[in-house]
Amino acid sequence: MNFQLPDLSPLIPEIVLTGLALIILLADLFIRRKEIVALASIASVAIVGLLIFRFSGTTFGGMFVSDGYSTFFKVIFLINVVLSALISIKYIIVEKVNYGEYYSLMLFSTIGMMLMASATDLIVLYLGLELMALSTYVLAGFIRHDGRSSESALKYFLLGAFSSAFLLYGISIIYGLTGTTNLSGIASYISEGGLSGSPALLLSAMLFIVAFGFKIAAVPFHMWAPDVYEGAPTSITAFMSVGPKAAGFAVLGRVFMVAFAPIMADWTAILIVISILTMGIGNIVALSQTNIKRMLAYSSIAHAGYALLGIIVANNEGIASMMNYLMIYAFMNIGAFAVIIMLRSEGFRGEDIHDYEGLAQTHPLAAAVMLIFMFSLTGIPPTAGFVGKLYLFLSAIHAGYTWLVIIAVIFSAISAFFYLRIVMFMYMRDPKEEVTLTTSASTNTALGITVAAVLFIGIFPSYLLGFAKAALAAF
Amino acid sequence: MEEQVIMNQLSYPVLTTVIFLPVLGALLILINRRRWETATKWIALITSSATLLLALPLFTHFDKTTFKMQFVEKHSWIDKWNVNYFLGVDGISVLFVLLSALTAILCVLISWYAIKVKVKEFYISILLTTAAMIGVFCSLDFFLFYIFWEAMLIPMFLIIGVWGGPNRVYAAIKFFLYTLVGSLLMLVGIIVLYFYAGKTFNILDLMQVSYPYSMQVWLFWAFFAAFAVKVPMWPVHTWLPDAHTEAPTAGSVILAAILIKMGAYGFLRFSLPLLPDASVAMTPVMLTLSVIAIIYGGVICLGQTDLKRLIAYSSVSHMGFVTLGIFALNSQGLEGGILQMINHGVVTGALFLSVGVVYERTHTRKLADYGGLATPMPIYAAFFMVFTLASVGLPATNGFIGEFLILLGGFTANKLVGILAATGVIIGACYMLWLYQRVFFTSINPKVANLKDMDIRETITLLPMLVLVFWIGVYPNAFLGFLHVSVEHLLERVNSAGVQDVNIAKAIMEVVVK
Repeated sequence: MNFQLPDLSPLIPEIVLTGLALIILLADLFIRRKEIVALASIASVAIVGLLIFRFSGTTFGGMFVSDGYSTFFKVIFLINVVLSALISIKYIIVEKVNYGEYYSLMLFSTIGMMLMASATDLIVLYLGLELMALSTYVLAGFIRHDGRSSESALKYFLLGAFSSAFLLYGISIIYGLTGTTNLSGIASYISEGGLSGSPALLLSAMLFIVAFGFKIAAVPFHMWAPDVYEGAPTSITAFMSVGPKAAGFAVLGRVFMVAFAPIMADWTAILIVISILTMGIGNIVALSQTNIKRMLAYSSIAHAGYALLGIIVANNEGIASMMNYLMIYAFMNIGAFAVIIMLRSEGFRGEDIHDYEGLAQTHPLAAAVMLIFMFSLTGIPPTAGFVGKLYLFLSAIHAGYTWLVIIAVIFSAISAFFYLRIVMFMYMRDPKEEVTLTTSASTNTALGITVAAVLFIGIFPSYLLGFAKAALAAF
Repeated sequence: MEEQVIMNQLSYPVLTTVIFLPVLGALLILINRRRWETATKWIALITSSATLLLALPLFTHFDKTTFKMQFVEKHSWIDKWNVNYFLGVDGISVLFVLLSALTAILCVLISWYAIKVKVKEFYISILLTTAAMIGVFCSLDFFLFYIFWEAMLIPMFLIIGVWGGPNRVYAAIKFFLYTLVGSLLMLVGIIVLYFYAGKTFNILDLMQVSYPYSMQVWLFWAFFAAFAVKVPMWPVHTWLPDAHTEAPTAGSVILAAILIKMGAYGFLRFSLPLLPDASVAMTPVMLTLSVIAIIYGGVICLGQTDLKRLIAYSSVSHMGFVTLGIFALNSQGLEGGILQMINHGVVTGALFLSVGVVYERTHTRKLADYGGLATPMPIYAAFFMVFTLASVGLPATNGFIGEFLILLGGFTANKLVGILAATGVIIGACYMLWLYQRVFFTSINPKVANLKDMDIRETITLLPMLVLVFWIGVYPNAFLGFLHVSVEHLLERVNSAGVQDVNIAKAIMEVVVK
C-alpha cells in the first residue's frame, strides 16, 4: 500500500477557508453577539484573500488548478461574500433571523464557488456546484417565518435540482463518448477521435448550456430568478445575483473554451441566440416591474446577456472582458442592494419602487449613492458600468460581431428607462411618507467601498483591465 | 503627430484648469452645509467666474495663423486601450470653450432667486454640466470625448427633471433616451474606427487614415444618430421643444447656448474630417434636412402660444441654418455656420435668460398672459428688442453676419437651397416680431401691469450677451479671425480626400441594405 498524498499547496486557500468556516460554525454555539460571527467570517475571508495570490499550480492529477483565471474569479467571490456579510449584519437583525449559521453558510457557498472556478474536471466541478447551490438554497429560505422566503427557497431548490440533473446527464454523455471527465482530455479526445460532428456531443454541450443557463439566469432558463430574488432575504439576493452567477460564468468559460473548444462554432451559435433573448427579455420585462428586487432580478438577467458576449467572442480578449464585467457588476449590484436594504426597517418593507419617491429630499446622500449605482448599471460614464460594457463591446466588435453589439446597445438604451425611473422617483417626486433608513456602520462601509470602486474603476480602469488581462496569461 | 500640435505654452495647464475648476466648485458645494445656501451660490459664482477668467488666455494667446491644435496637454490614461488624456483646441473649438464658461456664470446669476429647492444639488449639476461641456470641446481623444459627452447627460437630466416645469419628468426622460440611443450608436462607430485605424482613439491619428467608402457611409449614419439628435435636426428634434420648455431657465440656457451646439460641433470635428467621402456624398440629404428644419421650425413657431416653446422651435429653425452652412462645404458656409453657432448661443441663450426674468415674476409662459410689457419694464423691453432683432438677423447685430455668410455659402452650393433658406429668414422675422408685439406692445395686460423692471443682478446677467451681439455684429473679424485657418484646413481635408464619383442613390441603398 503505497499512498502518496497529492500536492495540496494549490488547494490551501480552500482548505483554510473550509477550516475557518467549520470553526465559525462551531464557535457560533458559544457566541451570543452574532456581529462577532460576521466579523470573524470577514476576517477569515481576508486571510484567504491574502493566500489566494500565493499559491498556484495543478494538483490531484489535473482535477484542480489554481491559475490566474480562477484567482480572478475567487477575488470576485471573496469581494461578494465580504460585501454581502457587511450588508447583512443589521439586516438579519431587522428580519429577526440573527443566527450565526447564516455566515458559515455564506462561507460554504463561497468555497463551492471557488472549487467551481478551479475545477478542471467535471466531477470536481459538480461537487463545487452542489456545495454552492445547497448552501444558497438554505440561505434563500433563511427567513423561516416568511412564506415568501420559504417559497423562494423551494423554487430555487426544485429548479436548481433540475439543472443539476441536466448537468449530470450532460456529464454522463460526455463520459460515455470520451471516457474521461478531464476537460483538456475531453478536448483532445474530440479532436483526435473526429467526434466534432457527433450529435451526442452536441446534445451534451446543450445540456451544459441548459445547466449553467440556470445558474447565470439566462433566458429561457431564467424563470426562477424573479421569484427567488424577490422572496429571498435581500442580502442573499445580492449575494446570489453576483456569486453563483459569476461562478456559472467561470465554469462556462472554462468548460467551453477548453473541453468544447473543437466545436466552438456550434456553441457560439447557440449562445448568440441565448444572449440576444437574455438581453431582450431581461430589459423589456424589467420595464414593467414595480418591486425593486424583482426589477433588479430582471436587470441581473439582462446583465448576464451582456456578459455572455464575452464568451461568444471566444478568445482571450472576450473572456477578459467577461471577467472584468462580472467584477464591476459585483460592486454596482451589491451597492444597489445595500441601498435597498437600508430602506427595510421594522414594519416597512421598502421594496416597492414608490417607496423611493422623494428620497433625495429626505435622505440626499442615500439617494445620491443610489443614483450612481443606477447610472453605472445603465452604463453611463464616468462610472464603472460604462467601462465594463465598453470592454465587452470592444472585444465583440474586434471579433466581428458588430451587429450583435448594435443589438446590445439598443437594449442598453432601453434599460436606461427603468434605471432612470428609480432616479426619477428619488429626485423628481415628493415624498409620500416618511421613510426611515436603517443605517449601520457595516452597511455604510459596504456602500463606501462599492461607491468608491464604481467611481474609481470608472475613471481609472487601467488597474482592473490589467488584472483581468494578466489573469488570462496562462489560460 | 508631434508637428500637428502646439503644446500648452501657458504657465498653467489651461484646459485642464477650465474643465476641472467647476468640478472642484461642485465638490466644495458638496461638503458645504445644506443650510448655507448663500455660500453655495457664492461658491458657484466664484468658481464659474474664475473658470472664465482662467480661460481668457485662450482668447488672447490663441495663434490665429495655424490650424494646429493649441494649448495641448497629453498624458497617458488607459494604456491597455491606448487611451490618452489628450486636450487641445483649434479655431473651431476655442470659441465654444469660452462661450461655455461665460454661460455658466450667467446660469448661476439667473438662478440666484429662482431656484428654491435642492439648492445644493442644482448648483452642483450646473457646474458639472459646465465641466463636461468644456471637456467635450477640448477632447482630442475619442474615448475622452465620449466620456464627457455622456457624463453631461446625468446632471442635465436632473436639471430638467428636478427643477423644471409641470411636465418636467416626461421631458427629462425623453431628452435622456433620445440622446442616449444616438450616443450609443456613435459608440459602436467609434469602436469600429478604433480597430480600423490600428487601435487608436487619437482624433488626429484617426484623421490620417482613409476609410473605405461603404464603411464611411454607415459610420456617417452612426455618427448622424448622435449628432443630429443633439443639433437637433428634423425629424429627430421632438425632444427639444419639451426639454427647452420644461427646463428651468438655467437649463434652457445651457441647452440652447451650448448643448445643442455639440451636435453641430460633432459634425465639424468628426463627420467631415474623418468621413469626407461620405460627407460629400450625403450633402444633398443633409441640405434637404436642413432646409426642412429651417422652414418647418419657422412655420411651427408661428402657431405657438407658449413663450419658451416658441423660442425652442426657433432653435430648430436656426440650427437648420447652422447645418446648412456646414454641409454647404465651402468656406463661407462653414465659417457662417460656426459663427452662427456662437450667435445662436448668445442670442437664444439671452432670449431664454430674458424669459426667465419675467417667468420668475409671473410664473407663466403663456403669451396670452403678457401684453404691453414695455410700459412697466422699459429696460427689459429694450434688451429684449435687441435680442429679437439679433435673432431676426438685422444688420449690425451678430445674427446678420452669420445668416448672411450661410446664405452666401448655401447659394454657392445650390441655388434652390439658398432661396428656400432665405424664406426661412423671412418667416423668422415674422414670428419674432410678432412675438415681440404680443408681449411688449398691444394693450397692457392687467396681470403684468405692476411688474418691477430688471434689477442690477438681472441686468448684469444680460449685459454680456448684449455686448456680444454688437461686438460680433459690428466687428465680426474679431471672431471670424479664429476660424479662417482651421476652416480652410478642414475644407482641404474634405476636398482632397479623393472625391470619389459617388452615386447617392447607390449609397443610400447600401445603408438600407446594411
